[in-house]
Amino acid sequence: MMGSDTRFLLILALPFLAAALAPILFRRLPAIAAAGLALFPAAAFAILLSALAPVAGGTAILAGFNWIPELGIHFSVRLDGLSLVFALLITGIGTLIVLYAGAYLGQHRDRGRFFAFILLFMGAMLGLVLADDLATLFVFWEMTSVTSFLLIGFDHEREAARRAAIQALAITGGGGLALLAGFLTIREVAGLGSMTQILASGEALRMTAAYPAILILVLCGAFTKSAQMPFHVWLPNAMEAPTPVSAYLHSATMVKAGVYLLLRLNPALGGTALWETILPAFGSVTLVGGALLALRASDLKMVLAYTTVASLGLLVMLIGAGSQEAVAAAVLYLIAHSLFKGGLFMVAGSIDHGAGTRDIERLGGLRAAMPLTFAAALLCALSMGGVTPLVGFLAKETIYHALVEGDAASALLLIAAVAGNALMFAAAFLVALAPFVGDRPGAIAHPHEGPPALWLAPLVLGGLGLAAGLFAPAFHAAFSVPMASSAAGRPVAIDIGIAPHINLPFALSLATIAIGIVLYLTASRLRRALVRGLEAIGWGPDRGFDQMMRGLLRGAFGITRILQNGRLDIYITVTFTVIALAVWLPMTLTGTLPAVPVMPHLRFYEWMVLALILIGIFAVVRAKNRLTAIVSLGIQGFAVALLFMLLGAPDLSFTQFMVETLSVVVLALVMTRLRLSPSDHRPWREMLPDVALAVAGGAGIGLFLLRLTQRPFDNALSDFFTAYSRTIAHGRNIVNVIIVDFRGVDTMGEIAVVMTTGLAILALIGIRVIRRDGAPAAVSPAAPAAGEARP
Amino acid sequence: MRSVILRATAPYLTALMVLFSIFVLLRGHNEPGGGFIGGLIAASAFAIYGIACGVASVRQAMHFHPLAIAGAGLMLAVLSGCLSIPLERPFLTGLWAFPAVLGGDVGLSTPMFFDIGVYLVVVGSISAIALALEEEDS
Repeated sequence: MMGSDTRFLLILALPFLAAALAPILFRRLPAIAAAGLALFPAAAFAILLSALAPVAGGTAILAGFNWIPELGIHFSVRLDGLSLVFALLITGIGTLIVLYAGAYLGQHRDRGRFFAFILLFMGAMLGLVLADDLATLFVFWEMTSVTSFLLIGFDHEREAARRAAIQALAITGGGGLALLAGFLTIREVAGLGSMTQILASGEALRMTAAYPAILILVLCGAFTKSAQMPFHVWLPNAMEAPTPVSAYLHSATMVKAGVYLLLRLNPALGGTALWETILPAFGSVTLVGGALLALRASDLKMVLAYTTVASLGLLVMLIGAGSQEAVAAAVLYLIAHSLFKGGLFMVAGSIDHGAGTRDIERLGGLRAAMPLTFAAALLCALSMGGVTPLVGFLAKETIYHALVEGDAASALLLIAAVAGNALMFAAAFLVALAPFVGDRPGAIAHPHEGPPALWLAPLVLGGLGLAAGLFAPAFHAAFSVPMASSAAGRPVAIDIGIAPHINLPFALSLATIAIGIVLYLTASRLRRALVRGLEAIGWGPDRGFDQMMRGLLRGAFGITRILQNGRLDIYITVTFTVIALAVWLPMTLTGTLPAVPVMPHLRFYEWMVLALILIGIFAVVRAKNRLTAIVSLGIQGFAVALLFMLLGAPDLSFTQFMVETLSVVVLALVMTRLRLSPSDHRPWREMLPDVALAVAGGAGIGLFLLRLTQRPFDNALSDFFTAYSRTIAHGRNIVNVIIVDFRGVDTMGEIAVVMTTGLAILALIGIRVIRRDGAPAAVSPAAPAAGEARP
Repeated sequence: MRSVILRATAPYLTALMVLFSIFVLLRGHNEPGGGFIGGLIAASAFAIYGIACGVASVRQAMHFHPLAIAGAGLMLAVLSGCLSIPLERPFLTGLWAFPAVLGGDVGLSTPMFFDIGVYLVVVGSISAIALALEEEDS
């Protein structure tokens, strides 16, 4: 154990434990299963709360153990301001989500599976933010991608869900590989293996020549996960998942993993011109683009998904802006966003549950039927719109404050921020206000509040947003200051309160709200215009993804057609050409052809064996039909086995005998099944290339072996085996000792290959194709396998 | 195969060859032999039996599907390698015991089980292929 505080290692196990229990619990005690499962994240939350005081004091709690000592990889966690707040959000919102999902899914057939997945994800996400060691972090990072895949594809009988799941996995998984490359580069060039080491390394990473490469690779990971344009496409499509998943993974937690990574690495990688160019560029485009696309959508969940894309853009932009205050703004906005967006998604789910649709244009007048959901929605939307006294207000004021003070470049960012926030203000109220006011359309027959968890969970999140605003000083002291200090790498002061001050940021706030209201009122016209505009363009990254995947498949198919063309004669020609080139080229190019060997003095019987070999070859070449040729080849092989025996290698000889026997038998059997003509009828000029290839290959191997034996023999290995085979491995037969003991791993691989080959050949022999008339028929293996003439 | 002589001698030949293959397998650690050669001998025994008396009777005699035998062999080899893990030795470290049986020391070891695994994989895979090829198209 490296750290003493193992409590924080144990909380990592809680969600996984709950995931294992979930299916059983839903089968045995369906009534209390969700509530029981919620206890696990709640317990983790409570334990994490106990770390608030020490972490606010500036200490980082470390714990862990050696995982793979040979590679210097640890399983270690680091609990500081940044990871603690993330962990609290994950477990806190996670508790509510588990309760909410229990009510939302009702009597769904696959509830157990769903809860197992979402709790697995919770564990993975918790591991991701707590991880200190880079390898630990990467494992959890990938685990979040995989669990997200499982959850998006939860309803796997629908094609759209399957496509969305694969798309999300392809994009975030691809980014994950880039991230791995980035981590390995960090390890290789700077020798840093954990976040603690990286944070303590100061300028080390920024000074290395590999810095741009490291940065790009890490950003690939972060941008794909946090849905920056043009990688954002998977996030709106991920709305195929059940709503609790959208609320949890795709707004409050997982999509923030990339932002987490950027905040975490900001002290070590940030502050350079590259960082302060790439991040704001991607972030601001994503912010404005995402917010515009949000107004195009008419499905509540889609509106929220695109505003999530926009919010992630805003966060990346702020982290890239560079100043301490921008980091503080990012931290405040991140916390606020997790609360209000998680809540709004839950509201969207409750509306769907209560009114039967999520289409903005078909919703209205629900306030009387769903007052509690309405209250929760308003609380969340006011926070999202940045209205005092909610926590969103604190975030927005700080954002504007941070950007107002900057240079000309940050003026551009300020414009992007105002535009994005105004658009998101409109989107917030489209989700939270429009469905509740006005007249109720007749299509909605019996709107109703769902079970308590459906309105309580978003109400709690909205209420927390209000509490964070009302008790701003305590909120800052406990959460935002420690988090921002960790992310900035030095103490950061945050003192923004809910009381408005008359200054430029406040004026901008008012302007944002004013523009937002105008946008809200003209929303349906705006939506039609946007839809028309996008239809006119007719192409987007989503279609681009499909085109890329199609191209990939087509390319793979083309390459496979070339490599696996199904003609045995071509396979053999290619194989032997490569062998001939591999032995001839190096020898001729480097001028290392063997010297003419001294003819050894051979005994009479050795001459006889050589003669036998030659007779074998002659018989193969002169054979009238194929079967004779195969048997003649066997003669030759037996002669070689005899040679081994005479030279004192009984094991080798023994094996050669058996292999030769079996290959003659198998070849003869194959020949009978192939229904080839008994002999080769080709004219000489067609056979000539084969003859040339055979001679080139055979002569090449012969020369190569001659050359090898003319080099001084390094007998270190054979000395070792001779010396130790008896003493260590208790065996006198060195060959066997090598096979089963000294080189046991090799043998294990080989027998696995033997077994796999057996399986593959059996499958090949058993291939049947379905004929047109539907009856299975044996394929004549000659058709695809051999290109030679058939009778 | 229509040869009466082959059909009459095949069962004895096969039995002898299988017995011999086990002998070769077990002596392998100290004398020429081992699991690979033993497996090849046994596989040829089954192939001969199949040619002489038909595949169905071989399958009946083997009782298990040849590939199941191969799979069991692979599993045995892996498990014999895993035995060293609880003793905190690296995977596949050879472990030896010399219990006295009938007055003589018998060397029992994980490499021996590993070799038996190799034998089973070779027997199973090769006879699976040979038997499948011998089978008439149905």
